[in-house]
Amino acid sequence: MYNPNAENIIVVKDLVKKFGSFVANDHLSFEVKKGEIFGFLGANGAGKTTAIKILCGLSYPTSGKLNVGGFDIYREREKIKKNIGYMSQKFSLYDDLTVFENIRFYAGIYGLRRKVIEERARDLMEKLDMKEARDMLIRGIPLGWKQKLAFSVAIIHNPKIVFLDEPTGGVDPITRRQFWDMIFEASYRGITVFVTTHYMDEAEYCDRVSIMVDGKIAALDTPENLKKDYAAGSMNEVFLQLARVKVN
Amino acid sequence: MSSVIVEHIYKHFGKVKAIDDISFAVERGELFGFIGPDGAGKTTLFRILTTLLVPDKGMAVVNGLDVVKDYRKIRQDIGYMPGRFSLYTDLSVEENLNFYATVFGTTVAENYDLIRDIYVQIEPFKKRKAGKLSGGMKQKLALSCALIHKPSVLILDEPTTGVDAVSRLEFWEMLKRLKQSGITIIVATPYMDEAGLCDRVALIQAGKIMAVSPPSEVIKTYPWQLFSVKADDIFSLLNDLRQFPGSHTVYAFGQAAHISFREGDVNEAMIREYMHDKGNKELQVSPIQANIEDCFMELMIKT
Repeated sequence: MYNPNAENIIVVKDLVKKFGSFVANDHLSFEVKKGEIFGFLGANGAGKTTAIKILCGLSYPTSGKLNVGGFDIYREREKIKKNIGYMSQKFSLYDDLTVFENIRFYAGIYGLRRKVIEERARDLMEKLDMKEARDMLIRGIPLGWKQKLAFSVAIIHNPKIVFLDEPTGGVDPITRRQFWDMIFEASYRGITVFVTTHYMDEAEYCDRVSIMVDGKIAALDTPENLKKDYAAGSMNEVFLQLARVKVN
Repeated sequence: MSSVIVEHIYKHFGKVKAIDDISFAVERGELFGFIGPDGAGKTTLFRILTTLLVPDKGMAVVNGLDVVKDYRKIRQDIGYMPGRFSLYTDLSVEENLNFYATVFGTTVAENYDLIRDIYVQIEPFKKRKAGKLSGGMKQKLALSCALIHKPSVLILDEPTTGVDAVSRLEFWEMLKRLKQSGITIIVATPYMDEAGLCDRVALIQAGKIMAVSPPSEVIKTYPWQLFSVKADDIFSLLNDLRQFPGSHTVYAFGQAAHISFREGDVNEAMIREYMHDKGNKELQVSPIQANIEDCFMELMIKT
């Protein structure tokens, strides 16, 4: 939930990232509050993935000041990695490991003890209604289960922030909503959620939304205020007004 | 006249029933949508229509030609854009287009009229290798290649998946123009909001068609009383509504939740009072008409 008085969990100031002469991130500045669901939108190629990689400590910015979860992006990258979770459609679970092996693997990487891992795995499979799938290969389970499991392992170490890069593509509308129920719950527990999506109705689930156009943040506010400011009935209209100006 | 007729087709892979008794017909010049999630059977169905797969049982006819017996002739008549980008990544934009024209025994010049609107947008990059194009440009090139032999039926498998909202809108504008030139278009999409742009839609899930109608008709079939409810915090809003006595379904829709009742004697005041007592603030409650997504989810529960 967004609380303007909550502490800042992500602070980005004048983030610039260049690849040769191409400016992928052009002086981005924004803050994310603890526990909020922050939507990070933009057209394909607007520079979202570049920024997320930097925030996750996987790539250095060209310039700018960044603090993630209380840690400096230049000096404390390893600490950042321990305090965040990450999930994307492309990279999440290992197809040739079972459901339980995936949980054990991720929990192990984050340094959880064997006993804790057993416990969390049991709770998790109960909660996801996947007890029968414990020893099934990831390859053989439905996409919706994979997504819910991938999200659960991304937060298995109780991170301060979880980054979700287009997490919900391709699933049916009920499964998509069950997934968002999990996001709401994580946020309720105090985990900050940083999410990108092409589904504009999902943008409305966010506490605040930023829209990137050409490497810059073109707008940042609550969905309610954005709709008001752009005299739009939906976030889809807001997005089209902002992003359509510059296409191709 | 129907340009595609499908009657009672089945297709299974091992134990999975990918297509489980599907029948429908598409009229000439119609823009017909298949709306459904991954794994619903859309791609298998399209591969049967494009003669790339043979059904276990049943009959499918395209322009009066049987998909099994007359597969060679059908291939001349249809354009197909598969879900995965399938052009030659190491050929340039214009090389790809020329290649597809040649394979179909025609030239780019002969049918340029049909693709002009789309192709001019990527023409500045015609020397660029297809693998180096952005997502939106790849999509435009793939559509140009699928059209270059002037097919009478165009089959598009999730052309807008993973594409941003702007490119999606532009793509549908292109489809509308193509439809005006008389081409029959069959398109699959997981985006419920694209349903409204089709003449008719088939809602598909688990290998079965749940409903086929114009989008405006689909929403009239929704059987229950439906309300939209907003409050200051979506997490408590959803949880509290789920506890509401007699509620049938509760789903998030943007900043609101939709709650349905099978019995028809619930009113706004009752919901407002209940939610107020649970501590929800800034409440807004109103009765609403179901949208396509409400209908789709209701049909999913029923089947």
